[in-house]
Amino acid sequence: MPIATLLHDLSNAVGPSGREDRAAQIITDFFTSGEGRPWISNLHRDRLGNIILRKTGRGEQPPRIMLAAHLDEIGLIVTALEDGFIRFSTIGGIDQRVLLGQEVIVHGREDLPGVIGAKPPHLQQAGEGNNAVKIEDMTIDLGLSPERTAALVRVGDPITIKRRCCALKNSFYAGKAMDDRAGVVALVDCLRRLKDFNHEAEVLAVITVQEELGVRGAIVSAYGLNPDIGLAVDVTHGEMPGLADYEAFKLGQGPVIVTGPPVHPLIFDKLKAAAETGKIKYQVEATVTPRGTDAYAIQIAQAGVASGLVCIPLRYMHTSVETLALDDLKETGRLLAEFIMQIDHAFVEGLKCY
Amino acid sequence: MKDLLQRLTSIPGPSGREDQVRAFIQAELEDYCDELTVDTMGNLIAFKRGGKTKLQFAAHMDEIGVIVTAIDEQGFLRFGKIGGIRPHRLYAQRVRFQNGTVGVIGAEKIDDLKELTLEKLYIDIGATSAAEAKTKVSVGDIAAFDHEFVDLGQRVVAKALDDRVGCAVLIEALKRVSKPQNDLYCTFTVQEEVGLRGAKTAAFGIEPDLGIALDVTGTGDTPEAPKLAMKLGQGAAIKIKDVSLITHPQVKELLSTLAEQNGIPYQFEVLPFGGTDAGAIQLTKAGIPAGVISIPCRYLHSPSEMVDLNDVEAAVRLVVATMEHPVTL
Amino acid sequence: MLLKELSELHGVSSGETAVRHYIRDRIQSRVDRIETDRLGNLIAHRDQGKKGPRVMLSAHMDEVGLMVVGIDASGLLKIKTVGGIDERVLISKRVLVGPRRIPGVIGAKPIHLQEKEERERPVKTTGLFVDIGATDRSDAEKDVKIGDLIAFDVEAGPFGDGLFKGKALDDRVGCAVLMNLLENEYDLPLAYAFTVQEEVGLRGATVAAFGLNPDLALVVEATSAGDVPPLKKHQASTRLGAGPAISFMDRSVIVNPALIQRLAAVAEEAGIPYQFRESTTGGTEAGVINRTRSGIPVAVISVPCRYIHAPVGIISLNDFTQTVKLIDAFLRDIEQRGLPV
Repeated sequence: MPIATLLHDLSNAVGPSGREDRAAQIITDFFTSGEGRPWISNLHRDRLGNIILRKTGRGEQPPRIMLAAHLDEIGLIVTALEDGFIRFSTIGGIDQRVLLGQEVIVHGREDLPGVIGAKPPHLQQAGEGNNAVKIEDMTIDLGLSPERTAALVRVGDPITIKRRCCALKNSFYAGKAMDDRAGVVALVDCLRRLKDFNHEAEVLAVITVQEELGVRGAIVSAYGLNPDIGLAVDVTHGEMPGLADYEAFKLGQGPVIVTGPPVHPLIFDKLKAAAETGKIKYQVEATVTPRGTDAYAIQIAQAGVASGLVCIPLRYMHTSVETLALDDLKETGRLLAEFIMQIDHAFVEGLKCY
Repeated sequence: MKDLLQRLTSIPGPSGREDQVRAFIQAELEDYCDELTVDTMGNLIAFKRGGKTKLQFAAHMDEIGVIVTAIDEQGFLRFGKIGGIRPHRLYAQRVRFQNGTVGVIGAEKIDDLKELTLEKLYIDIGATSAAEAKTKVSVGDIAAFDHEFVDLGQRVVAKALDDRVGCAVLIEALKRVSKPQNDLYCTFTVQEEVGLRGAKTAAFGIEPDLGIALDVTGTGDTPEAPKLAMKLGQGAAIKIKDVSLITHPQVKELLSTLAEQNGIPYQFEVLPFGGTDAGAIQLTKAGIPAGVISIPCRYLHSPSEMVDLNDVEAAVRLVVATMEHPVTL
Repeated sequence: MLLKELSELHGVSSGETAVRHYIRDRIQSRVDRIETDRLGNLIAHRDQGKKGPRVMLSAHMDEVGLMVVGIDASGLLKIKTVGGIDERVLISKRVLVGPRRIPGVIGAKPIHLQEKEERERPVKTTGLFVDIGATDRSDAEKDVKIGDLIAFDVEAGPFGDGLFKGKALDDRVGCAVLMNLLENEYDLPLAYAFTVQEEVGLRGATVAAFGLNPDLALVVEATSAGDVPPLKKHQASTRLGAGPAISFMDRSVIVNPALIQRLAAVAEEAGIPYQFRESTTGGTEAGVINRTRSGIPVAVISVPCRYIHAPVGIISLNDFTQTVKLIDAFLRDIEQRGLPV
């Protein structure tokens, strides 16, 4: 399966935080009955729904590397029904300004198309347009009678934005949930590249859940696996008007290797070295506390994990038109594979000597 | 149940000072479980044998309150808050310390209600000097709301129903359960109001297969209330989401199926604010599926919280049904 | 002088190497085992042949500071704060950038060119930069990398009447207390944890406590002293010169009352002055240690410090000495009578 097809399918798949099963199915199919089956030793889904793809290393006790990319997307959730209209709240951090006039799918007893209503300008009071509409004042219209709505929808049903992934010029792709399905695709690509290599390290590629609700999947999977090294693969801000050049990164110029408190200095150095060996273009971001990535959780699992963070530049994060360059994804997969091949016992021992 | 609620809510037990509540529950449960233990944090764990799946139930003993930070020359007490209390809920209230001392909360002169911050409030215990105040209260002493229980018939009003009603549900369920099909770890937790602290360490020690918290939830059934689906008197609420937790789909399925099979009135709950012990339990070790059975409650974190006894009864029945159902996940 | 040397070292969160090496070199000969974990915590064990409750003493090595997040075309460094710094203190300070301690200044627009109302508004870090004298970006890149940490350039030393001033006293004074205690011999299995990344989320202590799993932990901190204008008396929290401060509660922890009573009793018996920390705000490593595994009892003892998190802090040398004495007496008490909880 070409990488673009997988990205397409994953971007379109439904999987808000805590309700990732449908998106997870694509991954589990790919690795149990699909092309990816020979790439890994086994697949395990833990009790919170994280998918753990394991590829063995060499020897009795190989160094253990956890890779993490999150499967969940931001979404909405039904809080109440009101005369056939749906009141809702958020799953994860959504900018309320992107919601108005959006088409959605309400995942009730069946998938129901809906529209987040917008009051027409004609009926607005003077000056009303100066303030953003608050999420608690919005409703979803299913176009159904109150009785039909009540029969099909219950409090707690998840809602996702209706958006198909599309290709732009130059192999740029735009769609929903690129954060962090792009990272998931990079992990898959990494495993593909590793399939013919007998690397020393054991690889535990974890497709995590509930990242958008507070890196919850990573907290428990990192505890359960207790790896020597943990690398999170997530997205960072792509350059666009209004962002300073040091806080946004160029699309198509390769993965962003992150440095800062959540990153072990020797992992940062090793990632750069791997990029240089593989002749992979990369960018560097300095961050103080990226609470919003799995690296933040992995680093402090059990008695501590040497963690790293690699990001894919992404424009318009947390909207339904998140945009990225396919090349960055491939290069991220290549960087991860190169990194893994360079890890041996001596390196892991050295992580405590600095 | 009314009597149990009245006795439970009358005990002062803000976070970190749950000892009197714990002693009461210990005495209640002595004859109804196989083992009673208290852990390092002060959680009370009532264990009852029943089957191979380990179920942890958690209801928190602590309530919101205030803690004395300084005593000034005139004998007025300055204080910090324990748990989420808004200043306007405190102004002009009475509070009671664990040694029985009662004080009233006064405020410095303010011109606008918006200026009413915690720093502007003080407790007056009727002392005329610092020395006199110090004979009754010390820095670090903790007080809870002082408000009596009111019986309104089907509904009752009291302070600390958050979460003594959860404690009452769990006590009653343990008394009623006849054939438990799971190993039950009924945990009466500490320090929930300051960040789900007791449940976190209790779950680490117990390492259950499933965690269920019993707690209160907000409602949308009062004038111009937030748009919430939960109503008093419509049954136990099965939580789908709050800030700390999105309920595991299998747990949602388990609880709603049990409610339907047993004819127990229930409602689904999405609460856009707040969290419960279940949030801490689910993140323990390598992850534990968790859910919440909630009791709808009006006027949360005030001295006059209100619950409906039908909902309390429904919650007890749902807890008993879960205890008596061989749970597999 | 130990305190002066510790204060002047660079140790902005995640860049504690210089502090770690300094401490390791000085305590190595007095410990049974010493290790650095994957986050950079330095953990010294004094437990060989010792029985009794295992006690963890912790003090954090890191300090608040800045980080280079970008370099502009003219060679000026764009910065972000690391840890809780009041951005208003930054303007017109001298700093040292990166492990090679490249000197720099935090510049500001001259008063002559400002509009009157500009002076009423604080300058945000987004508008601040560090000037190292580079001619352009490539010149700056010879000495500075993205991600380099920046510390204040402040000379530490005695000050006023029995006081001491310097940067990073939060929590190098705690490190100094632990190093002083290491001079003594206790009949208890002890672990001294010099932790990292406290200022960015108590991260070092989280993993150190998990690994050590002690029976009791004592966190040694520097805490705000508000005995200065315009704060009112009841807002002071702690006072310089009144002895070590014992915490009963902060945002992160509620200390077991039995532990507080024992500490106070020990101080009174030994004639050591002490005060309670009269505040419930702020958080320390005690919070994460307390919630580790099945729960670990923990107490916090602090040296009061004025102007904490600003470039220059002030402590009382007597408070420092009394803090060492109080913990010493407390450990002796545990030797005799066991744990209070």
